[in-house]
Amino acid sequence: MKQAEIVVIGGGPAGLCAAMSAAKSGAGVLIIDRNKSLGGQLVKQTHMFFGSEKQYASTRGIDIPEILLKELAKYKDKVEIKTNSTAVGFYEDGVITVLEKEDKYYKVEPKAVVVATGAYEKFLSFPNNDLPGIYGAGAVQTLMNVHGVKPGNRVLMVGAGNIGLIVSYQLMQAGVKVAAILDAAPKIGGYLVHASKIRRMGVPILTSHTVKEAIGKDFLEKAVVCKVDEKFNPIPGTEITFDVDVMCISVGLTPLNELLAMRGCRMKYVPQLSGLVPVRDENYETTVENIFVAGDASGVEEASAAMVEGYLAGLCAAAKIGYKPDDFYERRKDYMNQLNNLRSGPAARHILAGLDQIRR
Amino acid sequence: MRIKEHPILKFNKEKKIKFIFNGQELEGYEGDTIAAALYAQGVKVLGKSLFLHRPRGFYCAIGNCSSCLMTVNGVANVKTCVTDLEEGMVVETQEGKGVIV
Repeated sequence: MKQAEIVVIGGGPAGLCAAMSAAKSGAGVLIIDRNKSLGGQLVKQTHMFFGSEKQYASTRGIDIPEILLKELAKYKDKVEIKTNSTAVGFYEDGVITVLEKEDKYYKVEPKAVVVATGAYEKFLSFPNNDLPGIYGAGAVQTLMNVHGVKPGNRVLMVGAGNIGLIVSYQLMQAGVKVAAILDAAPKIGGYLVHASKIRRMGVPILTSHTVKEAIGKDFLEKAVVCKVDEKFNPIPGTEITFDVDVMCISVGLTPLNELLAMRGCRMKYVPQLSGLVPVRDENYETTVENIFVAGDASGVEEASAAMVEGYLAGLCAAAKIGYKPDDFYERRKDYMNQLNNLRSGPAARHILAGLDQIRR
Repeated sequence: MRIKEHPILKFNKEKKIKFIFNGQELEGYEGDTIAAALYAQGVKVLGKSLFLHRPRGFYCAIGNCSSCLMTVNGVANVKTCVTDLEEGMVVETQEGKGVIV
């Protein structure tokens, strides 16, 4: 059995910052990530970030992993990185089981853990929603921005939140036509600055519209949409048919945190945080001692908040097992202030309402 | 289906790789995943659903959803959206649950 002081599961923005923060305090850190390289979903974010300078605002998401990894390299004596490694189990006795490259399977016994496993894309119900050509918006981003492959010729984007708007713009940057963006809500969910950019490029944004059905034999050929009333019921006679070969589903993310539930952390369904999330204190420690959470796994927000949560959880996890630096309280206060600032706008009101429900 | 020009990104696709898809020789590039290489060649259907045999493509492209499972070099249920393409790989559409050899 492999011993470790702090195990960080997931090497995306939250996990990398947690590892850095814990190592800075002097703790030994083991990062476990199922992908072949670290950075999580930052690797496909070609847009510039918002927030403040501390969270790399005005830097493109794709450039952030390099900055974080360079910073992390300062503590290379303290940090071990295991890529191509999936944490598949997290048991009552505190043991984590890891599958490395599909053939090596071993146990790790940590003193503390930061679970930073992120989120996954939600899906939408409509007839023929399983046809090839219907993809998560994040999947299309991966295909285009990581692999340089176009998803198709003409796309219908379902969801006018920030991801839907940003991915629509990125599709056009890749030379793909966006036929329209839909949203069942009566208002555009994403930032107006993104929506305006899309509208200026001539793409209609249809609010109060949903997908009625997808049409195609082996893959998507057409999509039928219709208007919905204030109770989200389809209004007959309002159908519009789009000739599209791709439909992007961008109806939000939901936390990916089954490992915490498996370990026995108390979980709660909180709609404002987009799903089942662990109950935790202000240090991001769950109801199981020395088990911390950070990033989208603790409730879906965005990468800036995920990074700060990572710094905070890493700092507090290290302190819990005996690595409490002299400036612990200053650092902790700084991270908490950063989080409060990020959540101060009107768009974050639902996040604050959600956080109120899981504070222990 | 490859992106030729992009205002921000550069794709270093230099080394070509030959592989076999359902008995037919196809080309991809080093650094492609299996699913990306197939998609670039216009292959959208990667498998069939278990019971109704409906066509299946990828959905999440990050190894989460299992919609892209195929048989690769005789091994069933390979997540082709996160598995790198290698020279000479034999990739097959998977019917049913796949057999462990």
